[in-house]
Amino acid sequence: MAERKIELNVNGRTYSGTADVRTTLADFLRHALGLTGTHLGCEHGVCGACTILVDGVSARSCLMLAVQAEGSDIRTIEGLADENGDLHPLQIAFRDKHGLQCGFCTPGMLMTLVEFLDENPDPTETEVRDAISGNICRCTGYQSIVAAAMQAAAELRKGRRA
Amino acid sequence: MKPPPFEYLRPESLDELCDVLAEVENAKILAGGQSLMAMLNLRYVFPDFLIDINRIPGLAGIEIKGERLRIGAMTRQRRIETDPVVNERAPVIPEALHLVGHRQTRNRGTIGGSLCHLDPAAELPTIALLHDAHIEVARKGGRRTLPISEFILDYMTPGIGPDEVVVAVEIPLWPAGHGYCFNEFARRHGDFAVASAGCLVTCGASGRIERISIALGGVSTVPLRGVEAEEILGGSAGDDATIESALAFCEGLDVLGDFHGSADYRRSVARSVLRKTIRTAIQRARGGQGEIH
Repeated sequence: MAERKIELNVNGRTYSGTADVRTTLADFLRHALGLTGTHLGCEHGVCGACTILVDGVSARSCLMLAVQAEGSDIRTIEGLADENGDLHPLQIAFRDKHGLQCGFCTPGMLMTLVEFLDENPDPTETEVRDAISGNICRCTGYQSIVAAAMQAAAELRKGRRA
Repeated sequence: MKPPPFEYLRPESLDELCDVLAEVENAKILAGGQSLMAMLNLRYVFPDFLIDINRIPGLAGIEIKGERLRIGAMTRQRRIETDPVVNERAPVIPEALHLVGHRQTRNRGTIGGSLCHLDPAAELPTIALLHDAHIEVARKGGRRTLPISEFILDYMTPGIGPDEVVVAVEIPLWPAGHGYCFNEFARRHGDFAVASAGCLVTCGASGRIERISIALGGVSTVPLRGVEAEEILGGSAGDDATIESALAFCEGLDVLGDFHGSADYRRSVARSVLRKTIRTAIQRARGGQGEIH
């Protein structure tokens, strides 16, 4: 097996490990680092469950190799709540609005929305739907996810003003 | 599934890449990876070498060079989509890019990767054909530029050698205020299009069409230019009756049938998408909004 040593930053912590060059970043996060919050659905870039932030932008971690992330700054669902365990406004909103049932798509939804609400703090529902069009949910019918995103956007705007 | 085994190479410069390409066989270049990584995971491809070009400096960037827009091959689709200069000078490109995959895939996917993958239903090859783009290619010991009409060789087959790599795309700009439209029909947003169409147009003071470019994607094995339609509409008043006669060429097209629909269905969708696209481009050239979105 062709292996490479890699070092990367995940949720503010430096990790180093060895990855077979054909290991996807998603598998590396889950198996080598034990960060199983990132979910894998389709493994070909369609379902969006594995969405994470790579150097600040959302990406499919199933469509990147672990070796490509060498030196990168990765943010996963595990890094969303703060050090004290206080939930991110998006997590609170998903709980309040029942934005999940089985929870499989939730990590990808949240990481996509983190990037989106950063870019667009006051979105319309249509814009939210467009932003999450690359994340498939088979439970909710999306209504409650959109409602949660709108609540989180309002909360985050309050935070920005404060 | 997981990718099959391969040897991973990561050249640090274009020269090093060209040296590698001249030596290896059965290699795949990994650009944004939004198609290739999926194909590896599904084991559609079994390269002996995977050459990652993401760390080669100088392959990404957007600049205006005279009357051309030059976009580096490794420029991410989302960067192009949100670039103010591209939005001002070549607005059909962002309009098409919004339909490419989803924000997460556009964050990684590149213009060079999409052109080399050359999926007939993909938006960027159709846009490159619409805009008469020139493709700049490097190989060990040389560079060449070829017109998009020669680059699009056949089904998913770019007209470049295995030792060559696309380094940039040059797009001749149309005059300020030109009419434009890119529109498609897909089952769901982000899916590959059943049919897509692009149109660029300039109108004179009388509203008569001075120059028009028309391209169709998704209908055949490669994106197509609607040359007959361009000839009928060029110099015309761009009225509905002339547009209708210009659409007649769709009947003669060799159209693909697949699980999205039969050839006849796709031809009918292409015609309808193209009608709306041409009408919107003409309305916009005359200062209007157009009828799509």
